[in-house]
Amino acid sequence: MMSLLRPIGITLGLLLSWQLIVWLTDAPRFILPGPLLVFNTLIDQFPLLMKHAGVTLAEILLGMLLGAGLGLISALSLITWGRLRRWLLPVLVISQAIPVFALAPVLMLWLGYGMTSKVAMATLIIYFPVTAACFDGLRQTPTGYLQLARTLGAGRRTQLLQIRLPAALPAFGSGLRVAASVAPIGAVVGEWVGSSTGLGYLMLHANARMQVDLMFAALLVLAVMALALYFSVNLIARRLTPWLNESTSSVTRGDTP
Amino acid sequence: MDIRLEQASLHWQHHCVFSDLNLTLPGGQWTSILGQSGVGKSSLLQLLCGIADEAAITGQIFCSDGQPLAGRVAWMAQQDLLLPWLSVLDNVLLGARLQGGTVGSEQVEQARHLLVQVELGNRANARPAQLSGGQRQRVALARTLFQDQPLVCMDEPFSALDAITRLKLQDLAAELLADRTVLMITHDPLEALRLSDRILVLRGAPARLSDPIIPAGQTPRAIHDQQVLQLQAQLLELLAGEAS
Repeated sequence: MMSLLRPIGITLGLLLSWQLIVWLTDAPRFILPGPLLVFNTLIDQFPLLMKHAGVTLAEILLGMLLGAGLGLISALSLITWGRLRRWLLPVLVISQAIPVFALAPVLMLWLGYGMTSKVAMATLIIYFPVTAACFDGLRQTPTGYLQLARTLGAGRRTQLLQIRLPAALPAFGSGLRVAASVAPIGAVVGEWVGSSTGLGYLMLHANARMQVDLMFAALLVLAVMALALYFSVNLIARRLTPWLNESTSSVTRGDTP
Repeated sequence: MDIRLEQASLHWQHHCVFSDLNLTLPGGQWTSILGQSGVGKSSLLQLLCGIADEAAITGQIFCSDGQPLAGRVAWMAQQDLLLPWLSVLDNVLLGARLQGGTVGSEQVEQARHLLVQVELGNRANARPAQLSGGQRQRVALARTLFQDQPLVCMDEPFSALDAITRLKLQDLAAELLADRTVLMITHDPLEALRLSDRILVLRGAPARLSDPIIPAGQTPRAIHDQQVLQLQAQLLELLAGEAS
């Protein structure tokens, strides 16, 4: 019961202090709108907000799907082919020195102002963390498991699919969680740089017309969306690794024997 | 089936741990190798299991039936090595699962029977994390038995358990592995004396195998057996003498 009351209490407290600041400083509504005003705008402009939120959500989800899929495939390839690993791993690491945001204008140029460039942004920003997490997970399979599989007559393919892959699922789950928290950044930055729909576009547009209340409402929708995304991914990751939740002692929690 | 290992040699960091070692495992007997840590006994066992680091250890293996030994050894390690994402039953069936193809109902039946034999018949659907250390090692024993290979290699299989659980598991292992060809590596003289038909001591630098010690009587021998106690003292002195 307490665990439910605490977040509600914190939220109410923050909203109250927000409203208090607005009252006390008498800030104009185009600098800092109060929570009540933002809430009103949220309800008034709900259809508009949802229309743009839908676009952003689609970009984020597509980006996550592509980024996580490509990341998993890359990690599996890197583990399977040693030669590929020696050539590709340094390239991957160096490529991380280029900030993905700096690529946004180039992506607009190449892929246009539509959804494609935003999906590409989200994919790119997710790809590396997922690949790194999966690769580490696949590489750190306890040797004992692999030796046992060898004495049981398992070939390399079987070892990869039946031992290494399930053993790496907890790491893949962590990669997905990171992906869920950075994917919205990729999509929104993409929209800022150039688009005609999406929450990022709506925020810039509202800002230019001094509709700060609408901007805050869009921000609120974005935050709720990101939270929902994170918790859904967290749920999926836990479903993927049921043995981690059931474990009663800390000794057996996904450690290496 | 008798198994013979000839001219085994192990090099570790440019230093010879042992060379020209010969070992015979008579069919249907339980042989134990007793030795301290670092004497190369685990590497010897891994060589027989086909999982040794081939750059470090070499040796030739002969079986009395003329066939190669590879793929005919069941390995049981100090850790239970149960896969946490599989149920207890699926862990026992691991050999069949990894061989590819589907697991037949006969095999499932056999695995369940083995779980009953290790007194875990009612935990078939539990996950390894829900079991105690002794229960997990019993599942590992069932998995080893399920493989039904001509040679069973055990690498300090009970050393991670507490004393009472260890004694019980030794009795269980002696019962279930009777009349099989077993090689067990251990550093516990009492364990070797309770379970083995033949005991070899690996000691010295470079290490050599002693002549077999053959205790009388049926296994598992009682812990208060005069002969067992006497031999235990002798073996301990022998091993301690090397350490000093």
